[in-house]
Amino acid sequence: MKSIIFRTVAPFLTGLMMLFSIFVLLRGHNEPGGGFIGGLIAVSALAIYGIAHGVVTVRRAIYFHPMAIAGAGLFAATVAGLVSLFARVPFMTGLWIYPSVLGVEVPLSTVMLFDTGVYLVVVGAISSIALSLEEGGGA
Amino acid sequence: MAVSTSAPVDLSAALVLTPTSAAEWLVVLPVAWCLAVGALLMMLRRWAILQPVIALAALAVLVLIDVALLDHVARNGPTTMVMGRWLPPFGIAFTVDLTGALFALMAAAVAFAAGIFSLADINESGRRYGFYPLLMLLMAGVSGAFLTGDIFNLYVWFEVLLISSFGLLVLGSEREQIDGTVKYGFLNLVATTLFLVATGFLYAVFGTLNMADIARKADELRAGAPLMTLVGLYVLAFGMKAAAFPVNFWLPASYHTPRVVVSALFAGLLTKVGIYALIRVTVMLFPVEREELSFVLALIGALTMMVGVLGALAQTDFRRILGYLVVSGIGSMVAGIAIGGPGGIGGAIFYALHSMLVMTGLYFASGIAMRLGADSSISTLAGLYRKHVGFAALTLMLCFAVSGLPPFSGFWPKVMLVKAALDIGAWWLAAALLLVGFFTMIATGRLFLLAYWRESTRPDAGGTTRLPAKTFGPLAALTLLALALGVYPEPLLAMIQNAAAGLAEPSAYLNSVFPAGGPQ
Repeated sequence: MKSIIFRTVAPFLTGLMMLFSIFVLLRGHNEPGGGFIGGLIAVSALAIYGIAHGVVTVRRAIYFHPMAIAGAGLFAATVAGLVSLFARVPFMTGLWIYPSVLGVEVPLSTVMLFDTGVYLVVVGAISSIALSLEEGGGA
Repeated sequence: MAVSTSAPVDLSAALVLTPTSAAEWLVVLPVAWCLAVGALLMMLRRWAILQPVIALAALAVLVLIDVALLDHVARNGPTTMVMGRWLPPFGIAFTVDLTGALFALMAAAVAFAAGIFSLADINESGRRYGFYPLLMLLMAGVSGAFLTGDIFNLYVWFEVLLISSFGLLVLGSEREQIDGTVKYGFLNLVATTLFLVATGFLYAVFGTLNMADIARKADELRAGAPLMTLVGLYVLAFGMKAAAFPVNFWLPASYHTPRVVVSALFAGLLTKVGIYALIRVTVMLFPVEREELSFVLALIGALTMMVGVLGALAQTDFRRILGYLVVSGIGSMVAGIAIGGPGGIGGAIFYALHSMLVMTGLYFASGIAMRLGADSSISTLAGLYRKHVGFAALTLMLCFAVSGLPPFSGFWPKVMLVKAALDIGAWWLAAALLLVGFFTMIATGRLFLLAYWRESTRPDAGGTTRLPAKTFGPLAALTLLALALGVYPEPLLAMIQNAAAGLAEPSAYLNSVFPAGGPQ
């Protein structure tokens, strides 16, 4: 797109939205939010960047192919379910650990891994569609 | 109308506290394994060389998992695992009985054969397009549908396999393929929507989606709830998926366009998922309604058989003929469901397992024939017998098997179905089954006579050719398996009779989900 204001603002906006998407992902465990909506926000960020600077730049910026990102997400989600095999509880049971990092207790769980997986699947799948559509538009 | 919830529910009973055994993990492992490997292959999409290696190894492991699962279920009866440590009906249950385990094992075996065949059929671009990840995800959907014990979860697995099948259908992006995919996609979406509508309706009536819970609540609700409508909707939705008359037209219109291995997989697996779901819902959940609908089902079955086989007689394209034969086989299975009882249901299950093997084998044969003869129409294909005698012999065996001649796997289910039909006095259905067998023989005989026996008039016909092991091997394996099941059916037959009995009298299934009565 030609607008210089948009082209200047887009990188900052993209970075901000990316941060916000991760915030929404992590917040989602106890409050509204989560992997799906976080992923959608991240894709919107990528789409904005794509409109401003072209699809090639976005593809270079995310480094991995979108489908590979989606695959990684699906893999993470499946592994999150399989962890409970070792705890002798049924598939997909939520398991928690509370490691202490720099004196702060950080609750980590398979649920969070699953949600991160969802986030990545959404980012991968939707950005794959969005980028193909933007490419087709002759931008 | 919903189940009364006035009694206080003890929610603490919903948390499972006993540790799960390794055997219970077999229940979810087929699905989790396919999903994980599919995801891994998606990440490795650049390494096109590695893809088939990983996928084949994974499919071999899947077969082993399913063998272990079948063995476990045959010894210990239905097994349940509920996701996330919740007790049913709150958690999503995976419940495997003999029927599900048998279908899952046969599906895995067929997929493994297709995996080997794909080495010759899927080229570099197909690999880059993601054939192998889609194959694994398709198997995740198919296995999930066979193993789940929750009706909404069944819908989810239908979606998973449907989405993967769209991807497989358009592999290659030719104009004809896109045309076939649109027809396939549209009708399947309608069927899926109906399935979802029916499931929403069912939830409104029953207040539960767990199949075991539905089965035990159906009796008390039968007087006041419109269960007949519900079952009618399910029959229509699954009938569409299974390509039963009069909603069968999408199958012959789309199955001849994709790559051979894809149509072989679809013919082997997808319609049988519809039949499986139909058996599960009508026989296990709503047996009274199935009894009521039996005449309609019998009529649908007979018409599907007839339409299928007459279509096969009218076609000249090799794969289109096979597409109509798939439809015709579906008719026999629906007839079995209509007849009911151990003979009818057992016959339907046996027929489905046999059809998975034989139809996949025949599609493999069509692929090899098209490569040998460089043509797909049987009016111009000729002289295949001279080119490769062994291949012609295998195809002939498969043709006998699909027509229901001894000593092949198609014979026993046909015997069971005809006997069961005569036992309940449905002589016209028995006559239709026999007549269709006869017509199938004519259709496949015509195919064999024209494409294989007829001397080729082309100058470049040449002498015998050799076939690579990766196409000939899977064909031979499936044919020999069909022969083995025909010659020595006793172990399978015993299991199928147990499976049918377990569906008709699902107390073991219910006990597995709700041990000793369970909550409520």
